[in-house]
Amino acid sequence: MSAPAASALTESRVVRWVLIGLALAYLGLFLIVPLVAVFAKALEKGLGVYWAAISDPMALAAIRLTLVTAAIAVPLNLVFGLAAAWAIAKFDFPGKQVLETLIDLPFSVSPVISGMIFVLLFGAQGLLGPWAAAHGLKIIFAVPGIVLATIFVTFPFVARELIPLMRAQGTEEEEAALTLGASGWQMFRRVTLPNVKWGLLYGVILCNARAMGEFGAVSVVSGHIRGLTNTMPLHVEILYNEYQFAAAFAVASLLCLLALVTLVAKSLVERKVREGSHEH
Amino acid sequence: MKARRILPGFGLAMGSTLLYLSLIVLIPLSTVLVKTTSLTGHQFWTIVTSPRALASYRLSLGAALAAAVVNVVFGGLVAWVLVRYRFPGRRLLDGLVDLPFALPTAVAGIALTTLYAGNGWIGRYAARIGVPVAYTPLGIVVVLAFIGLPFVVRTVQPVLQDLDVAMEEAAASLGATRWHTIRRVILPELTPALVTGFALAFARGLGEYGSVIFIAGNMPMRTEITPLLIMIKLEQFDYAGATAIALVFLTLSFTLLLGVNLLQHRARGVHGVGEPSGVVLA
Repeated sequence: MSAPAASALTESRVVRWVLIGLALAYLGLFLIVPLVAVFAKALEKGLGVYWAAISDPMALAAIRLTLVTAAIAVPLNLVFGLAAAWAIAKFDFPGKQVLETLIDLPFSVSPVISGMIFVLLFGAQGLLGPWAAAHGLKIIFAVPGIVLATIFVTFPFVARELIPLMRAQGTEEEEAALTLGASGWQMFRRVTLPNVKWGLLYGVILCNARAMGEFGAVSVVSGHIRGLTNTMPLHVEILYNEYQFAAAFAVASLLCLLALVTLVAKSLVERKVREGSHEH
Repeated sequence: MKARRILPGFGLAMGSTLLYLSLIVLIPLSTVLVKTTSLTGHQFWTIVTSPRALASYRLSLGAALAAAVVNVVFGGLVAWVLVRYRFPGRRLLDGLVDLPFALPTAVAGIALTTLYAGNGWIGRYAARIGVPVAYTPLGIVVVLAFIGLPFVVRTVQPVLQDLDVAMEEAAASLGATRWHTIRRVILPELTPALVTGFALAFARGLGEYGSVIFIAGNMPMRTEITPLLIMIKLEQFDYAGATAIALVFLTLSFTLLLGVNLLQHRARGVHGVGEPSGVVLA
């Protein structure tokens, strides 16, 4: 049999370079130019203005609130993700498919609606609003509301990452550990956790990026009280709407750096996850 | 059913999962239904079919649909180029594709608005040829195309990587031209992934808020997306009105999610592969 002509197996050189050129132009226009624009606009008025914008007390308060929110939301979703993945991946029970779909639900809810449901629950006219007020709990237009909305939107990240991974790994190693006399806790710490550590880290990285960057849901419950209930993305919006563009982009550039760090960490961990899942 | 109960911790894991899920997701979401029951059927209908609401659905659906189509075309192209060709900077670009997932939406919003405004780096050329982008429905399509960029790329990429080159060789040795092979052999294999990516990008674009409000101009009836209309009603303390429109919107999103899940179920049944990685980020 004669080998097929090379032209039938791949595109001609010209077509190839045209396609590469098109893809590069598209990605350049959509990904690289906006990134460059953020830093260019942030530094437009000089380093002094840049530094003033990010060391402003209101900016610092926003940075602090964003860090606090992520520091609460991410660990909670990590623990929940582990528990959910353990139950779903290692056991059989009726309604598993439904449970998996319910865990995914927050991904398909518009951010504005994600915030709205907490206003409906804890707002002044909300179902539990009078109860919260009677107990002196301020949830909406306060930090607890921001944290709750953030937990809601980042809810599925860790679980979604762990479930397929733990399912693929099966239960043999854990069973072996138990047979050898390990306690449940020892088995979890010495076998399960090391097996899923990269997948877990991957989920945490994505969860954290979203927790720090969430805008719509947090915007609904925040009330935009400067210095008190403003997260970094909300602070960017306020500065932008006040036409303080250099300051808005200065704070935005910090979030861009966070995104870039996230991408680098993500691709490093991705490689580890792939290696890990090939071993099993 | 397999007897897998040798492992410990099912009760604890399941119990805490159900408790946490109920507290964070199910009870809060159920308020949408509870609140809607405070309206009569007639009131509900009047709110969700008001001209302003109808205009917002049309815009949200239309813009998300247009952006998803753009994503299928260019996302497919980007996936193809990244998998099949070798060129300098490929790995870097591959990593950058996920930028829209990692970048806070408000940052994407102000960056793209600044670029596409009448005096922006790109907007000034667009305005010169008579196509203003910022503060028009076109601007909304542009940001949604940005937001949805990774979905198609990340669903198509793994399928393309696993595609058996032997099939292409077979087609070629049987005398098919390259164009024929692409259309008759490769494209049908990619179609389920393209459709999934399209649906994910569409669903994400439909609900998107943060990036859109900066570029949209937010004029009622013209450039007001449904999530913004909900936001405005909330700010006016019209909770019943906001909830009614939210219910319509949620129903739409859940139908889409269900469709995507069915598609994936079918694709998994056919190919026996895992979920595409992009779905995780949805």
